[in-house]
Amino acid sequence: MSNTTRGFKWLSGPYLLWCVGFTVIPLLVIVQYAFTDTTGAFTLSNILAILDPIHSKAFLFSLEIALGCTVLCILLAYPLVLVFRRLHLSRGKFMLFVLILPMWMNFILRLLAWQMLLSNNGIINNLLIRLGLQPLAVANTWISIMIGVIYEYLPYMVLPIYNAITDIDEGVIQAAQDLGADSGTIFRKVIFPLSIPGLKSGITMVFVPSMTSFVIADLLGGGRLQLIGNIIEQEFNRSMDWHLGSGLSVALMVFVLISMAFTMKSENVVEEEGRQWRVN
Amino acid sequence: MARKLTGFLSRFYLLLIMIFLYAPILVMVVLSFNSSRSRVVWEGFTLNWYVRLFSNHQIMDALINTLVLALASAGISLVMGLLAALGISAMRRRGYTITMGLTNIPLLNADIVTGIALMLWFIHFMPLSFHSVLIAHVTFNIPYVILAVLPKIQQMNISIYEASRDLGASAVYGFFTMILPQLTGGLVSGFFMAFTMSMDDFVITYFTKGPGFNTLSTMIYGEIRKGIKPEMYALSTLIFVTVFALLLVVNFLPGRQEEE
Repeated sequence: MSNTTRGFKWLSGPYLLWCVGFTVIPLLVIVQYAFTDTTGAFTLSNILAILDPIHSKAFLFSLEIALGCTVLCILLAYPLVLVFRRLHLSRGKFMLFVLILPMWMNFILRLLAWQMLLSNNGIINNLLIRLGLQPLAVANTWISIMIGVIYEYLPYMVLPIYNAITDIDEGVIQAAQDLGADSGTIFRKVIFPLSIPGLKSGITMVFVPSMTSFVIADLLGGGRLQLIGNIIEQEFNRSMDWHLGSGLSVALMVFVLISMAFTMKSENVVEEEGRQWRVN
Repeated sequence: MARKLTGFLSRFYLLLIMIFLYAPILVMVVLSFNSSRSRVVWEGFTLNWYVRLFSNHQIMDALINTLVLALASAGISLVMGLLAALGISAMRRRGYTITMGLTNIPLLNADIVTGIALMLWFIHFMPLSFHSVLIAHVTFNIPYVILAVLPKIQQMNISIYEASRDLGASAVYGFFTMILPQLTGGLVSGFFMAFTMSMDDFVITYFTKGPGFNTLSTMIYGEIRKGIKPEMYALSTLIFVTVFALLLVVNFLPGRQEEE
């Protein structure tokens, strides 16, 4: 790095101030609420409230939904990315285009559309009855919540895996073919290992929002099935117990950060790239 | 034979995923032309909702709020994110690690926690309205810009900037003529990501907006129990078609030229 560009580091000053003001301080504030009661005295009860049966039930249900959603998104994403590669659609931005476009139909409206599709006398059941088939009874069950979270977060799994896989040099795969590997072996020994950085970032981008979303459970779970996000939202907007709501949020945040640190343990891809440039 | 079969299965799988992704959108588009106010019954074609949309002040206000918010937050994030990314790439290892850690917080943290934490902080010094939502959106948008621009900075040729400085160009002139043109691709995709995230956000807006200020998402959420106005379906269809056309132009025109 030359003297001309070393001074560049001061350019991130405004951003660092912003980070302190609107990322770090808000987290300190929510932690302060979490560890105090309405009189301002120190307490652990808001944090420990996560162990309360109603809360821990919602927490475990959220965990089940998030794990299920993450696994199903992985299982759906790999074949999709491989299909794109096979059909030579990976060139250009077709994939990005197809996956991002639905995000422009409003988030709440997309979910309401799923509600209409899945409800007991909804569109899918009408079609099934006309075809002489048995109607489904998924409305307001965990299945419809699962469909909702997969629908919302599948693109966040597909895109990073897709980026990792399109970056693979075609020559590497041809070399494997020339050496006699069949397509299963190529996937296991070449494509999958090289896609792991993408898979990791996909997992972090799907697991957290699918665990904490409250709107999806609200609209597709019929209000009976509650995720931890629903409980927190109600503490703020109905029960008005901000200290309890903050306590549950902090417990959730700690869980999320620990599990993500675990997933990302060897994830230094961005840092590696960053260092490369600085050396030059 | 096996090759044909896998080819067929590939296409079939792609079709299923497309149906899954676009079924709810099709539902909205069909409903925007349905003359019935009821949600599921088709009672004939109408353009009525498209006409009435433009005289609905509530929807138009929310639309303007949403667009102004998305443009302003993406714009502010673009400038601050670009400067931050240039700074980050010049940092030594320790500063780099700390800054990237800070950048990851809004990305990794649950939206509901980010929204609540910001709300609890805002109420100490400012009313909850447009400005609080704008600050919140900038906060979650900057990381997207940084992540889009940083790889481009790492790939760019910095020597030509240094050469221009050695030959007497000012830092500002060198920046605009030597650095900025090399980063255009990253900046465009960062801005687009930030704009999309802002338009699509519900949770963080919901907690930081205060009463009286609505974006499209929060307005629709508030109306669910009363029933969604069909004008909303019409508006969403229009937004969808506009973005579809824009993306088509942006993505496929330059691509075709390159191939030729």
